[in-house]
Amino acid sequence: MSRLDTAHLRTVLYEGPGSLPLEPDARSRIMVALLDKGYAVTSLRDSTHVTALPRDFVVVLGRFTGPPPLFDGAAALQFEQIDGMDPSDVVEAADRVHANTGAAKSGAWKPWFPVIDFGRCTNCMQCLSFCLFDVYGVSSDGKIQVRNQDNCKTDCPACSRVCPEVAIMFPKYRHSPINGDQVSSDDMRREAMKVDISALLGGDIYSMLRDRSVKAKSRFSKERDDERALKERQNCLLKLQKEMDIPMEVLASLPSPDEIRAKAEQAAARAREALGSQVSPEVH
Amino acid sequence: MFPAGETGADLSNGNCMSAAPAPIRILYCHCAFARVVPADVKTGVLAQLAASSAEFEAVPDLCEMSARRDPRLAALAAHESLRIAACFPRAVHGLFQAAGSPLPQTAQILNMRTDPADKVASELLTGGAG
Ligand code: SF4
Ligand code: SF4
Repeated sequence: MSRLDTAHLRTVLYEGPGSLPLEPDARSRIMVALLDKGYAVTSLRDSTHVTALPRDFVVVLGRFTGPPPLFDGAAALQFEQIDGMDPSDVVEAADRVHANTGAAKSGAWKPWFPVIDFGRCTNCMQCLSFCLFDVYGVSSDGKIQVRNQDNCKTDCPACSRVCPEVAIMFPKYRHSPINGDQVSSDDMRREAMKVDISALLGGDIYSMLRDRSVKAKSRFSKERDDERALKERQNCLLKLQKEMDIPMEVLASLPSPDEIRAKAEQAAARAREALGSQVSPEVH
Repeated sequence: MFPAGETGADLSNGNCMSAAPAPIRILYCHCAFARVVPADVKTGVLAQLAASSAEFEAVPDLCEMSARRDPRLAALAAHESLRIAACFPRAVHGLFQAAGSPLPQTAQILNMRTDPADKVASELLTGGAG
């Protein structure tokens, strides 16, 4: 089972009938402590309405004054008395419940993946052709989709650079408009230039990557001075890293040129199939 | 202690069944796994929510919920008057859409990356232009 499919533990901070209220500061500190540890929190003050869903585990935390209140609903909830506890004790109580449920823990993976703005996307499939890690797919009605979010390389926004419509966002990215900020006409001009540059370089950024790697390799093979060769390689990687803001770790873990060629061909074939196109994009 | 288990649909407290409770319409995203939302803004917003009498949902990371297509997003998106404190509205709309639960256009999204805590908290609690 993928880590994205598993059940999670939710907490309810309950201050309704049958329990004592918390001081605002304590309420806030408990919530921050739980959220920092990856637990979702529903703050209930007067009402007792919780939308609980089948795949979640729910623990109700409260300063209960007697037997825990009766909740309607088919399934059982777990209740934890938190009277007199400080925030770290409350988190420990949640951790204990969590350990017993076997639910997945949020935060094991930094949620970094492309999000498509379908208001801008023209379904050109360039992102599908570009990605080597099978992050993108095609829906049954032929639309581009982000399918395998957890295959995406953390902190790498490279595919957003190949989208001619600036339709790919990474909400956790530093800069506009890839972080989801409004797209300006300047951004559009920059993106158009990028596509032109990519076309001048042969229309395929992976071929550029491969060329550089081949050139670098031939230089390395002639190069007797290991240190100089290393410097060359670092310069080459630094330049690429700067151009596309690709993290070093991602560049360092790119597959071999042959693997890249095979994967790029597969991805391009999937894109062609999705587009039903007669014109095959060139894959070098 | 009561046994843990899977829960059913909406749960209501047997002690307080006289009036239909108001559904929660405030969602706060803690952006716990990245530093893109300034810490003082998010803790400031949460402190003001906690100091109010409002009931609300606080989630560690909306991005993660979207990636795992958390069905709670659908439940939240069903509210016409949902108010969300998170980041750029375009990104938040995209995250709900990616999870198969597009937000209604009436959803109000407050941006903790660009706006101060007081402004976000006051619009969350009282509504207003968003
Ligand atoms: S490259 Fe951009 S416009 Fe083209 S399919 Fe991908 S997201 Fe849509
Ligand atoms: S939705 Fe925005 S604020 Fe929330 S986790 Fe994602 S990037 Fe952070």
